[in-house]
Amino acid sequence: MTLLELQQIKESELAARKKIVLRCCMAAGCMSLDAKGVKKRLEKAVEEAGLQDEVEVVGVGCMKLCCVGPLVQADPDSPLYTNVTAENAPAIIAALKGGKAKLEQADPQSPFFTQQKSIVLANSGRIDPERIESYIAVDGYAALLHALTEHTPKDVIEVIVNSGLRGRGGAGFPTGLKWGTVAKSPGAKKYIVCNADEGDPGAFMDRSVLESDPHCILEGMAIAAYAVGADQGFIYARAEYPLAISRLQNAIKQAKRLGILGSGIFDSPFNFNIDLRIGAGAFVCGEETALMASVEGKRGTPHPRPPFPAEKGLWDCPTLINNVETLANIAPIVRHGAAWFSNIGTEKSKGTKVFALAGKIQNTGLIEVPMGTPLRTIVETMGGGAPDGRTIKAVQTGGPSGGCIPAQYLDTPVDYESLTTLGSIMGSGGMIVMDDSTHMVDVARFFMEFCMDESCGKCIPCRAGTVQMHHLLEKILARKATPRDLAKLEELCDMVKNTSLCGLGQTAPNPVVSTLRFFRNEYEELLLPETNGPPPATHNGSSKTPAATTAI
Amino acid sequence: MAVKTLTIDGKTISAEESATILQAAEEAGVIIPTLCHLDGIYDVGACRLCLVEIVGYTKLMSACTTRVREGMEVTTNSERLRNYRRMTLELLFAERNHICAVCVANGHCELQALAYEQGMDHVRYDYCYPKWEVDASHRLFGMDHNRCILCTRCVRACWHIEGAGTKNVSGRGNQSRIICDLNDNWGVSKTCTSCGKCVMACPTGALFHQGSTAAEMQRDRSKLEFIVNAREKKQWSV
Repeated sequence: MTLLELQQIKESELAARKKIVLRCCMAAGCMSLDAKGVKKRLEKAVEEAGLQDEVEVVGVGCMKLCCVGPLVQADPDSPLYTNVTAENAPAIIAALKGGKAKLEQADPQSPFFTQQKSIVLANSGRIDPERIESYIAVDGYAALLHALTEHTPKDVIEVIVNSGLRGRGGAGFPTGLKWGTVAKSPGAKKYIVCNADEGDPGAFMDRSVLESDPHCILEGMAIAAYAVGADQGFIYARAEYPLAISRLQNAIKQAKRLGILGSGIFDSPFNFNIDLRIGAGAFVCGEETALMASVEGKRGTPHPRPPFPAEKGLWDCPTLINNVETLANIAPIVRHGAAWFSNIGTEKSKGTKVFALAGKIQNTGLIEVPMGTPLRTIVETMGGGAPDGRTIKAVQTGGPSGGCIPAQYLDTPVDYESLTTLGSIMGSGGMIVMDDSTHMVDVARFFMEFCMDESCGKCIPCRAGTVQMHHLLEKILARKATPRDLAKLEELCDMVKNTSLCGLGQTAPNPVVSTLRFFRNEYEELLLPETNGPPPATHNGSSKTPAATTAI
Repeated sequence: MAVKTLTIDGKTISAEESATILQAAEEAGVIIPTLCHLDGIYDVGACRLCLVEIVGYTKLMSACTTRVREGMEVTTNSERLRNYRRMTLELLFAERNHICAVCVANGHCELQALAYEQGMDHVRYDYCYPKWEVDASHRLFGMDHNRCILCTRCVRACWHIEGAGTKNVSGRGNQSRIICDLNDNWGVSKTCTSCGKCVMACPTGALFHQGSTAAEMQRDRSKLEFIVNAREKKQWSV
């Protein structure tokens, strides 16, 4: 594959394009509502109307407004049809010829769409994720070619450092710094891993990226591999994402066929292969050390860091682990330059962030906004606020590791530091909106139950501590707890946070801590008065309570 | 061999570069409580009892897996650490059914000894009283999941000293349990060599010799270290 061949593919793809392209969303959400049937019927309707030469029906990735799928839109500039059924197909085709269709539509000029800034999702809903030519037609793999032919690995790392990109998996570690560390780690064999084990309840950003634009992940990985000196990559995807997995498999096959993966890529000495590893349903395998154990075929449990993966990762070789969204940013940065990227966002948080809007909100779906966008813009202007005339009570970010941000802080800009100050985290991008019918203790209980079920069982604080915290929360909700139980819960939160082995346990108390911080009254309303007399004192002056008999 | 100088609990000590904080402390006579650590078997940092505070580190570090560094200042016994250790032990006692009076390991149990040592005189949490089975199918040994603390010493001894790979962990969270082969009864295992190293390694009464009754179960754990030293360092004396 050469530059010329790449351009030829692009040109022939563009030349073959028909006047009107009818895009049908073929991501998992719309597929579950028979998008496949809709597409088939549309194709038939095109034939029936004799428009085969003018109109083509293309299956594309996520078109973002998931709550009203299946979605269909005709290029250029036509309305976005929502809740489309197979029966609507003839009417949609008729409307292409100027007729006014009486169909459900969404306004493409509504803030939900206009306030978005697409980098990661630029191709999502626009290209056919199952055809590499469709990706090449939007300048796909040009960044890889550019990096391989124009840049040294060191240059590439410098571009990423200068862009200010930070890890999108949640913690926000500077990506360029991580790449530099892996590049400098001694070792002939290095690996790169794409963490696609998205497990937070309510989060579906990575799934959408993989389903809508799998090639951008392959390209990002290949650039990263070139930069750090790796020749083997793994994508660790969870088994719950069968569509994403099949599209990735398909994409890898196509890239190999064109020589974009394999040996001597773009006639350079650079070799790179990607294999898929499928997770078996453990949330903890999103944690990097557990993920690596799982890739190696071992039980997916974390191990203490240091050593960090950058130093000793897969099979003790230096390993670079990046999240899906992080890797999706790479090709655009290389294509447009570091300065372009660092002009977007805030001083410390550059670029955009994709959020999966879910919960009690009108417009559920995918949004990508510049860092620093106020929460209010996201949930009220774009999301349309809470449905059924209710008011928003809190916004939960960061999944079970994050926290609840109460409505009075909705003007907070979304960036790593601001969310951390409020006791939450950026997280991977799940954003669950809660309205005034939500009880915050119940929210805390839900997330604690999740962490309890997903604890791997290796370290005691996480394994046994989450069980006790969950038990105490149930007790509070059943109105059987006393202030002493609440104190016990808070003490456990501190202990589990500080003593757990990995991020799962260390952040498991966060939903409790953050709801206690802002909604303490909701806990206290459920408490019984202290029955054992004033907490300490009384029992022979001992400060210990005879709450339970000793086992010894 | 490079040597590092560090302070543990205010005591200045020197340690080999490759030593962990736990090894360095032991050499200097500072005792750090441990449960999943066992001399001779590689460490996993799972029990979190050996957590120590290190100046300049935001997180607590497990002494068994953290290597010494020049100028490190380590605290092993602060009020905060003692409190966490007590809580960890209480969580363990509440998690399964640890009834010392009827346990084969009574008086020879590391969990029990640690609880005494850390001043754990009561358990603040509600007991879970889970229903766990006893696997008495092996002709020489037995496995009582009620007393298991999931330290995985037995798994590591089985894989890395004996090389049999019979024992493993299945399930997750508080449903994790030690299994033999692909979740078979121990007695029908074709991989188990009946070497008894797992029984030697067990800190509680979870693994025991058939026929031993309350408080009779004693172990000679130094044998495991002896085997590993003989094999790896060619040291044949104890």
